Amino acid sequence: MTAPTLIFGWGNPSRGDDALGPLFVEHFTALAARHPEWGEVECLTDFQLQVEHALDLQGRRRVLFVDASLDAPAPCALARVQPARDASFTTHAMSPQAVLKVYADIDGGEPPPCWLLAIRGERFELGEDLSAAARQSLQAALQLAADWVDCE
Amino acid sequence: MSFELETAISPEKLRRVAIDPVSRVEGHGKVTILLDDDNKVHQVRLHIVEFRGFEKFIQGRPYWEVPVMVQRLCGICPVSHHLAASKALDMMLGVKQLTPTAEKVRRLMHYGQILQSHALHFFHLASPDLLFGFGSDMAQRNIVGVVAAHPEIAKKGVLLRKFGQEVIRMTAGKRVHGTGSVPGGVNKSLAPEERAALLKDIYQMVAWSRDAVGMIRQLFEQNLAEYNAFGRFRSAGMCLVRSDGAMDLYHGGLRARDVEGKTLFDHFDYGRYWDVIAEDVKPWSYMKFPFFKSLGAEDGSYRVGPLTRVTQCDSIPTPLADMERQEFMAYDGGSVTGATLGYHWARMIEMLHAAENIKDLLHDDDIIGHDLIATGERQERGVGVIEAPRGTLIHHYRVDENDLVIRANLIVSTTHNNQAMNTAVREVAKQYLDGVEITEGLLNHIEIAIRAFDPCLSCATHALGQMPLEVAIVGADGTVIDAATRDHRGLTRELS
Repeated sequence: MTAPTLIFGWGNPSRGDDALGPLFVEHFTALAARHPEWGEVECLTDFQLQVEHALDLQGRRRVLFVDASLDAPAPCALARVQPARDASFTTHAMSPQAVLKVYADIDGGEPPPCWLLAIRGERFELGEDLSAAARQSLQAALQLAADWVDCE
Repeated sequence: MSFELETAISPEKLRRVAIDPVSRVEGHGKVTILLDDDNKVHQVRLHIVEFRGFEKFIQGRPYWEVPVMVQRLCGICPVSHHLAASKALDMMLGVKQLTPTAEKVRRLMHYGQILQSHALHFFHLASPDLLFGFGSDMAQRNIVGVVAAHPEIAKKGVLLRKFGQEVIRMTAGKRVHGTGSVPGGVNKSLAPEERAALLKDIYQMVAWSRDAVGMIRQLFEQNLAEYNAFGRFRSAGMCLVRSDGAMDLYHGGLRARDVEGKTLFDHFDYGRYWDVIAEDVKPWSYMKFPFFKSLGAEDGSYRVGPLTRVTQCDSIPTPLADMERQEFMAYDGGSVTGATLGYHWARMIEMLHAAENIKDLLHDDDIIGHDLIATGERQERGVGVIEAPRGTLIHHYRVDENDLVIRANLIVSTTHNNQAMNTAVREVAKQYLDGVEITEGLLNHIEIAIRAFDPCLSCATHALGQMPLEVAIVGADGTVIDAATRDHRGLTRELS
């Protein structure tokens, strides 16, 4: 049976703060295991968000996308996302809004309620470790996500 | 040595048009076209503009790290590198025969890779051109456009790819950059619940793969003259075949045929591939140009991949794919077997073959076995060859007495196809661009010719230290003051 709650983080673990998405998923998987009252939570990760991830949304009650961001206010920001066709499909990675639009086109219906948790990152160079600021932001993001699971 | 339209006589007098980057291919490349005032085409080149250097930095690493390291060459076909490296290191360890479980789990992983890669290429990258037209609206000509206009087709493509990725995840441990194959065998087999989960969906995947063959056949039927003529040229070819001549994408001997279809070598032991293949370099490309030694650099280029494999094998050892192969070979008197766009049809036949193979392997109890590793008598070197989604992939390593890699040579599928891709884009340039006003839609025709080969440009870049290089010092008035050229033979300096 499909878990009603999906946490989907993406990024390249070898590119400095771009690892925030996969690292978040790793930490949140452990956190969810200690909170059975949250119900079944599935945590997925990938290098990039792509068309096929629209299918990961099927059968969910709620979805939390998690990504590193240069634009987000520190430490992180949580916002609802809606389906929208944008230009991101021409790049290697799609936006959550574009993935929701693909879901709507394929499924013919409204996607489940989705939020984007954008964690502030500073450095994204190949081979770099996570920055000290990103480590702090990650902890704040985990707390915010725990509150989201409790409340939404 | 130079091919037609490879090098213009007076490039400084010509106008330059660039397609940069080439889109809907893996990796980064560009095409440059030189035209005169009447838009007559004088030069066309496919350039690979990124650089990897894996062959160099593998050196000094322990051999057991290699099957995992080499996957970083590419995010699209890491499994192929994972398996080719493992096969090379099997040979280095003296393992002549894997355990039945190890061989079948590796094959399952490989067919999962073929399925997901072919689905990705056909539905995500190629189908927008085929469904909407070569010169159609650029805003629609992409996978999201396919999703909007043909949601059922797009959904099948996405689910086929996802299934292939699940096969990879369960056999290799991860969807991308797994660790399942190790020198001498595998480190995991399939769990019974994993097998059951895949069995639940595999029959649907076989049916959808068959639908995909029908779809590309229908597209050919509707556009036969254009598809057959598009970028058409005659080429030699090379692929692995099984001992009975049947298609085998995991293991076999090398078979090569010239442009007339005459056999150059057959069931050749790939452990001595250098006896039949050499590589040329050109100063304008990071990618090598392999050729058959017996024919020489000028006449010895060849192509690899689905079109070559489907046309050069004697049969396909799964019934539905073999039936489709026979229909493909006979269609319109065999005309499509020489078409550049015939790659798409052949690719879908292979996807069906991969799905049928996965079905058969899932019914084989060996895939849940526990005998995972074989051993043998240690050798100094190993060569592993596999038919990757894009064609023949060669990994070659030498390992010293401290278990460190001291030499590595990789010849990837896209490198074999280098000359063929350049020839195809020159043919398209002659057919569509010569003497006309160039538009985005016309330039897309060039990209369609490249996409037919499904190139993986990331994988195909040159080894460090052998990279050809041109440096020119240009004065303020544009005159070349000094120039130096380095090629694989050393440094040649020329003062202009």
